[in-house]
Amino acid sequence: MTDLQNNRLIQTFADLRANGKKTLLPFLTAGYPDSRTTTNMLSEVERRGARICELGVPFSDPIADGPVIQASYTAALDGGFTLAGLFESVREYRATGGPDGGPGGLALLAMVSYSIVYRYGCEKFCADAAAAGFDGLIVPDLPLGQADNFATLAASAGLCNVLLISPTTPQQRRIEIAKASSGFVYFMSVAGITGERTVLPPSTIEAVAELETHTDTPICIGFGISSADMVEEVCGTAEGAIVGSAIIHKINDAVAANAPSRQIVETVGQFVEKLLQPIR
Amino acid sequence: MNDFTDNIPTTSEGYYGDYGGAFVPETLIAALEQLSHEFDAAWADDDFRAEFDRCLREIAGRPSELYFAGRLTEQFGGAKIYLKREDMNHTGAHKINNTLGQALLAKRMGKRRVIAETGAGQHGVATATAAAVFGLECEVYMGTEDIRRQALNVFRMKLLGAKVVPVESGQRTLKDATNEAMRDWMGSVEHTHYILGSVCGPHPFPLMVRQFQRCIGTEARSQMLEVEGRLPDVVVACVGGGSNAAGIFVPMIEDKSVAMVGVEAGGRSLDLGDHAAPLCLGDPGILHGSHSYVLQDADGQTAQVHSVSAGLDYPGVGPEHSYWRDTGRVRYTTCSDDEAIDALMTLCRSEGIIPALESSHAVAEAIKIAPTLKADQIVLVNLSGRGDKDCNEIQEILARREGK
Repeated sequence: MTDLQNNRLIQTFADLRANGKKTLLPFLTAGYPDSRTTTNMLSEVERRGARICELGVPFSDPIADGPVIQASYTAALDGGFTLAGLFESVREYRATGGPDGGPGGLALLAMVSYSIVYRYGCEKFCADAAAAGFDGLIVPDLPLGQADNFATLAASAGLCNVLLISPTTPQQRRIEIAKASSGFVYFMSVAGITGERTVLPPSTIEAVAELETHTDTPICIGFGISSADMVEEVCGTAEGAIVGSAIIHKINDAVAANAPSRQIVETVGQFVEKLLQPIR
Repeated sequence: MNDFTDNIPTTSEGYYGDYGGAFVPETLIAALEQLSHEFDAAWADDDFRAEFDRCLREIAGRPSELYFAGRLTEQFGGAKIYLKREDMNHTGAHKINNTLGQALLAKRMGKRRVIAETGAGQHGVATATAAAVFGLECEVYMGTEDIRRQALNVFRMKLLGAKVVPVESGQRTLKDATNEAMRDWMGSVEHTHYILGSVCGPHPFPLMVRQFQRCIGTEARSQMLEVEGRLPDVVVACVGGGSNAAGIFVPMIEDKSVAMVGVEAGGRSLDLGDHAAPLCLGDPGILHGSHSYVLQDADGQTAQVHSVSAGLDYPGVGPEHSYWRDTGRVRYTTCSDDEAIDALMTLCRSEGIIPALESSHAVAEAIKIAPTLKADQIVLVNLSGRGDKDCNEIQEILARREGK
């Protein structure tokens, strides 16, 4: 994995660890409500203190996602989302999206279905994503044991390949997944689809604590995290909390109220800042 | 029900050549492994097989007849045309073979709830029926466009005690219903079995469904030998996901003298969006957990599809068909909406059989092939289902035709 020595995601976690910090990983749907707003949201969440961000790549058939994220995917596709457009937005953010118009510095992950990656060509997708400015990929429908050369392809392009663990994953397999995952390990708090929940099963935290004894790779928890309190709870053990549907929900509300793009960006920024509060 | 091809190792860990696999979220991996293990054990267990055979006999009404379509042959032959009468099964199609098998398996695994996706509603009705027989709770996901097209089957499912869950996402047809069923299963795997209706989806579904459907071909093969003393020259079946076709093909796949033809939905035209023919017009890709031919745009988004037949209105196809396509063992072709409706009318008038719109695609191909063959040759058509469910739709189509 020498290819990943300079990877921004890995460096970000190393830096966070060195400073004794935990992190928030906000999730945004690329191209929702439109690609310009998405790019501005990246700048905004960076300004508010986020270090890492996940961009969901809209897909027509996202079986792992709940209704909120699926609807945002459909809206983005109806709005003319394309991969070429996504890569262009990310390039733009990297060039001028940072604070004061400098280079954008978030570690960026694409959450993307294997259907899309495969069709585009695995090698080409990794190369183009890396060239645009992505640091890692999460391919939720490419579990350990299927196309295992993909991680190597991603690493050759300089990208982390983040694998997911489910509460239904047997113990031995959890350890194997943690070993094979690069950047961090994505631990799903519940078996099921993405979506907001009010409490997390206590077994999740215990399971993450157990897994931490087997791996040095950071473990982040996602699925169902919707409030600052939950971020605090999760980050008591895990190194990061992933928040998706709750953010998309805020965007939906703003879109439904016909808010202008600037205001939607502001709303997301405020919410992210609130979520970051307990782990500052 | 054993036959000589029963143990052909067409799959190693769920792959048929390059096709198949299990490209699903991690949450489903353990469930699929358990299912694979349980299915292998059940299929090797004489008691399970005996119970499955009893269900096929006493509930589905098997064996289904092999019928010589004399008047159809007179009209189009060349070759003699035989029909494998899956339309005579209980619930009206081949789908019951698979749902009885999977419901038995669900019971064996101790699951108390089953879910299913359905397009035409035949698989939904067959699942609801099997659930009633075994006392399982049942929910069926169905796109609202299909609910509109297949009102009778929706009512049948409800009568049988199933809950029909309308799906509003995407194109509101079979693909979207499949997404919703998979989502349900991810949160309910502990107590729920997903009765997938075709030879699609992640391993072990393509293998399992094909094994539960192989009774079609096993029977047809021995019936053919009994009646004609020889095997057919050509076997024709329609292909949506591909379960009826796999069921009749597999037991004769090693009989090299038997040519095989799979008929996909040619729809309105051969332009992307107007048909549902991934094997003829698509490319290899990933959909619903398996690597197979699929209809997508250049970015990998699943394409819109169309067919007059709700059961064929699907952008993907089972991985074993992709393997047979690439190896050339099966020839795949298309039949347009109009040709299918013409064939349906023809079969009604010549044989007194109202076939399903799906099966009419196979009939259309058979009456193209038969005249090109000699009188001592045989074309066998898998008449996978009956057309009662389609009568409202056909009535509307014929009214539109007359209005032109």
